[in-house]
Amino acid sequence: MPAIAVDSLYKIFGKGAKHAVAELKSGTPRDQLSKHVTAAVIDHTWEISSGEIFVVMGLSGSGKSTLIRMLNGLIKPTSGTIWIDNTDLGALSPRALRQLRRERISMVFQHFALLPHRTVLENVAFGLEIKKLGKEERLARAQEAVDLVGLTGTEDKLPAQLSGGMKQRVGLARALAADTDILLMDEAFSALDPLIRQEMQDQLLELQAKLGKTIVFITHDLNEAMRIGDRIAICDGQVMQLGTAEDILMNPANDYVTDFTADVDRTRVLTAEAVMEPLGDADTSSYDTVESDTHVNELYESVLSSQHPVLVVDDRSDPLGVVTPRAIIKSLVSETDADRTETEEETQPA
Amino acid sequence: MMEYLRNWFWTYIWKPLPDMPFGDWLEAFVRWSRVAWAPMFDATTTGLTGLYQGFADGLLWLPSGLMVLLFAAIAYFARSWKLGLGIGIGMFIVAWMPYWEETMQTLAMVLVAAAIATVIAIPLGIAASENRAFSAVMRPILDLMQTLPAFVYLIPAVMFFSIGAVPGIIATIVFCMPPGVRLTELGLRQVDREVTEAGQAFGASPGEILARIKLPLALPTVMAGINQVIMLALSMVVIAGLVGGGGLGGVIVSSLGRLDMAAGFNAGLAVVLLAIFLDRVTQGLSDRTPVAKAALLAT
Repeated sequence: MPAIAVDSLYKIFGKGAKHAVAELKSGTPRDQLSKHVTAAVIDHTWEISSGEIFVVMGLSGSGKSTLIRMLNGLIKPTSGTIWIDNTDLGALSPRALRQLRRERISMVFQHFALLPHRTVLENVAFGLEIKKLGKEERLARAQEAVDLVGLTGTEDKLPAQLSGGMKQRVGLARALAADTDILLMDEAFSALDPLIRQEMQDQLLELQAKLGKTIVFITHDLNEAMRIGDRIAICDGQVMQLGTAEDILMNPANDYVTDFTADVDRTRVLTAEAVMEPLGDADTSSYDTVESDTHVNELYESVLSSQHPVLVVDDRSDPLGVVTPRAIIKSLVSETDADRTETEEETQPA
Repeated sequence: MMEYLRNWFWTYIWKPLPDMPFGDWLEAFVRWSRVAWAPMFDATTTGLTGLYQGFADGLLWLPSGLMVLLFAAIAYFARSWKLGLGIGIGMFIVAWMPYWEETMQTLAMVLVAAAIATVIAIPLGIAASENRAFSAVMRPILDLMQTLPAFVYLIPAVMFFSIGAVPGIIATIVFCMPPGVRLTELGLRQVDREVTEAGQAFGASPGEILARIKLPLALPTVMAGINQVIMLALSMVVIAGLVGGGGLGGVIVSSLGRLDMAAGFNAGLAVVLLAIFLDRVTQGLSDRTPVAKAALLAT
């Protein structure tokens, strides 16, 4: 059973939204819709399984913020269905929806959305306060969440006294303290400096390994998406491609996706298995070996220091293929880059 | 040409029209309602008189010397020892003059009017912030309350409540309420959308969002509104004096009649010193709200 499922989900803003949905369904392209409507989310159908990190990636205006707000009912879809486990969100009364948010889904915001007049601990306890927990219990549980995100010692500080990264840890702790199985993260790390952002990504992955939540993560940064996402949906209104980071890098579905992947650090995404060459008949007994899921950026040393190609093995040590310097270089060049170089050469004057 | 047009308008538009009746309608309505709702007006008069008299008696219960110290202490706790000292000196000057009783009456009138206006204004401001249509209806009414010359609604106030402090208080409430409504609405609307969204996302009800997020965050702005309410209330005291409301307004009106410059200046000075006291103390309280204190930390 999927943790979250959406079925032909649409959100159109403006007058005549329902009509616009009908038009889109009958094949009218998005840019030929009436000027009075904005199509934010078009025909999303997908499922997220429990414990997965699902990243929705898109540029600003691609409807990703709208999408995540539909998942906890802050925004009502124009058409389509959302299931949280087996609950149809559209069928819930406002009261039942609030209960669902208290018990099942919490959220982390781009600009932290902390209460400036409350201390770190009181902010973290906010969700528990709304759950009507007694003061002692909620402060104890908030303390656990504060410890979990590494903010121990700052409990009595006000948000204004914290750095951006620490503020977002408070936001994360607030969501974790609510103890929900679904976590929505809306551009949660986008407002942070690059170094802090990477630190937060690592921390999120670490926490996820411990807690195993279902996470929907919104970002406009494909590197971030590929770093943390089990699966990635690239969106521009509709879903352009949905798959693992490797899928998207190796087999981009269309030009839109290809353009995005041009800036990605491929070596951190692609694995030995993805870049290896066939075994051939050579005697591989003296070759060094690497695990098939080793990332390319971790292969350099073994490939350089070895006389032979490096043997790629699976988890039962069976050989799968070999990695050569040539294979690594080839993997760095995406198809578009190759195309581009060729065209440039052609157009160069002699 | 102009002559022709003037004649044309006169013959076909102005002459056939009856006299403009808006004022007559209002007068008829006021006359009728004074009779029809007499019990309500009587009860209001009794209630307000009691409230005002109670406040005035309370302020005059302690000897003026002790009251000066008390005002200084309030200023000290609201802001700083410097303000306490300044207010102490100012109030000492007021107590030195022969108008201490009138000053306390005026203060009582301002406090009663401002308190009632605030109690009405804040719920109206909340409603206006939650509901665009209500806000759109409120806006011209607030404009009217604030810009209609105060003398104009002194007339019905006197008709309803006869002369004395009560019509003065009623006119003051009407005049000083608008900034309370406006700044409450503004403060609530200015609350960061993401923060209210966070409240929703964690399953808070609209009431919880209002009480735990919006109102605390809007409090400095609401306090600025209350400050404005009090200052406008004070600016009405002279007008209240016109209808026999007593206090410093009464002194100023009578000194105008007698061209008594010394008395007029003294009473005016007392109004100014009272205004400084009320303004600085409410500002001090506004700076001490949790959100304002947190904002200070950020700088």
